[in-house]
Amino acid sequence: MAETNAFKLRVISPDRIFYEGEAIMLELNTIDGEVGIYKNHVPMTYIIAPGVMTITESEDSKKEAALHSGFIQILQEEITILAEIVEWPEEIDENRAKEAQLRAERRLAMKDPNINVQRAEMALHRALTRQKVKLHIR
Amino acid sequence: MASMREIKRRKASIASTQQITKAMKLVSTVKLQRAKSKAEATKPYFDCMYDTVATMLSKSGNVDHPYLKSGESSKKAVITITSNRGLAGGYNNNIVKLITGDEAFDKENTEIYALGKKGRDSLALKGYTVASDLSEVMNGPIYADAKELSEELLAKFEKGEIGEIYLAYTVFKNTVTHIPTMLKLLPVEIEAKEAAEGGVNIPMNYEPNEEEALGMIIPKYITSLIYGAMMEAVASENGARMQAMDSATSNAEEMIQKLELDYNRARQGSITQELTEIIAGAQAIS
Repeated sequence: MAETNAFKLRVISPDRIFYEGEAIMLELNTIDGEVGIYKNHVPMTYIIAPGVMTITESEDSKKEAALHSGFIQILQEEITILAEIVEWPEEIDENRAKEAQLRAERRLAMKDPNINVQRAEMALHRALTRQKVKLHIR
Repeated sequence: MASMREIKRRKASIASTQQITKAMKLVSTVKLQRAKSKAEATKPYFDCMYDTVATMLSKSGNVDHPYLKSGESSKKAVITITSNRGLAGGYNNNIVKLITGDEAFDKENTEIYALGKKGRDSLALKGYTVASDLSEVMNGPIYADAKELSEELLAKFEKGEIGEIYLAYTVFKNTVTHIPTMLKLLPVEIEAKEAAEGGVNIPMNYEPNEEEALGMIIPKYITSLIYGAMMEAVASENGARMQAMDSATSNAEEMIQKLELDYNRARQGSITQELTEIIAGAQAIS
C-alpha cells in the first residue's frame, strides 16, 4: 500500500543532484507559507522561502535538510526542486550559523538606513533554518 | 651553414622548452578532468531550469514582463568570460573577436563585465569600457559569484541603465571542440519551437501568480546560465591550453629532429673538410 502512495522526488542544486528517490510526503516552506505535498497534487510551481524541508520516505524514515532558496515544480507523478542553496544537517556548521544569526540580529537592531534590511532578514532566516535542522537530528 | 656548436646550443634550448610545454600539458590535462566533471555536474540543474523556463514562456505567451522585452537604454552589457593566464592558443582571442568583430557591439554602447584578466586587458586596450572586473573569480568559480553578478546586472537592467545583457563564453563541447559563443541573456529569448518540444503539456498553476513567479524564476535562470558558463569556460580553457601545449610539444619535437639532421650534416661536412685538408697537405709535401 505504501508503495502506491510514493512519488518521484528530485532535488537538484547547481553543483550536484542533491536527492533522488521516492517519497510519500514532502514538507517545505514557500513564500506563501508552509506546504505539505502528497502524490497526485495539482500541477503547481511554488517559490521557496528559507525553511526546513522534510522528506518522508516511509512511515519511519524521514530526512531533513535546510532549503534556502529556489523553486519547486510539482507534476502529477514527479516533483522537482531546483534549489540554489540546500544542505544536509551534516554539512552545516552550527557555530557559523549562530554567529550569522547574531550578526544579522545586530544589523537589524541598528536601524541604520544604509543597511539592506531585506538582505539582513534573509541572512537571519537562513541562520535560523540551519540551526533548526541541526537541532532536529540530535 | 651554422656551426656545429651553434646548432647544438639551439637544440638544447628547444629541448628544455619542450620539457616545459610537456609539463604544462600534463598539468592542464589534470585540471581539465577536474573542470570537466564539475561542468558536467551543473548540467542537470541547468537543463531542468531551461525546461521550466521554456515551458513557462511557451504557455504564457501573452504575459507582459519587463524581463521579456529590451529596456529603453541602448547600452549593452557583455559578460566576458576569458582566462587569467595565457598560453591557451586562441582561447582568449576568440572571445575578444566575438565582441570586436560584431558591429552590434560598438565601443560607445557596450559595457564589459570582465571575468578573466586576458579578455579584460585586450578589450580595455581596444577602447571598450570595462564596467566591472571579477577576474579573481575565474580561479575557482562558485555559485555565489554568479549570483552576485546576475543580481548586479538585473538591478541595472531594472533601473534602465542597460537595455540588453549578453554573455560571451566558450562552450565546452568535448575535449577537443570548444566553441566561442555569444548568448543573449536578457531580454529572455527562448525559441517557441524548442519550448513546445521540450515542454510538458500539463496546465501548470503558479503560486504566487504567473507574472510574479516568472519574475522570481528568471533571475535564477540567468544565474544558472552564468554559473554554467563559468564552469564550461574553465573546462574549455584547460582543454585549449592542453591542445596548445600538445602542439607546441610536437612542434618542438619536429624542430629537434630537423636540427639533429643539420647537426649531423655539419659534422660530416667538417670531417670531410679536415680530410681534404690533410690529403691536400700530404700531396703538397710529396
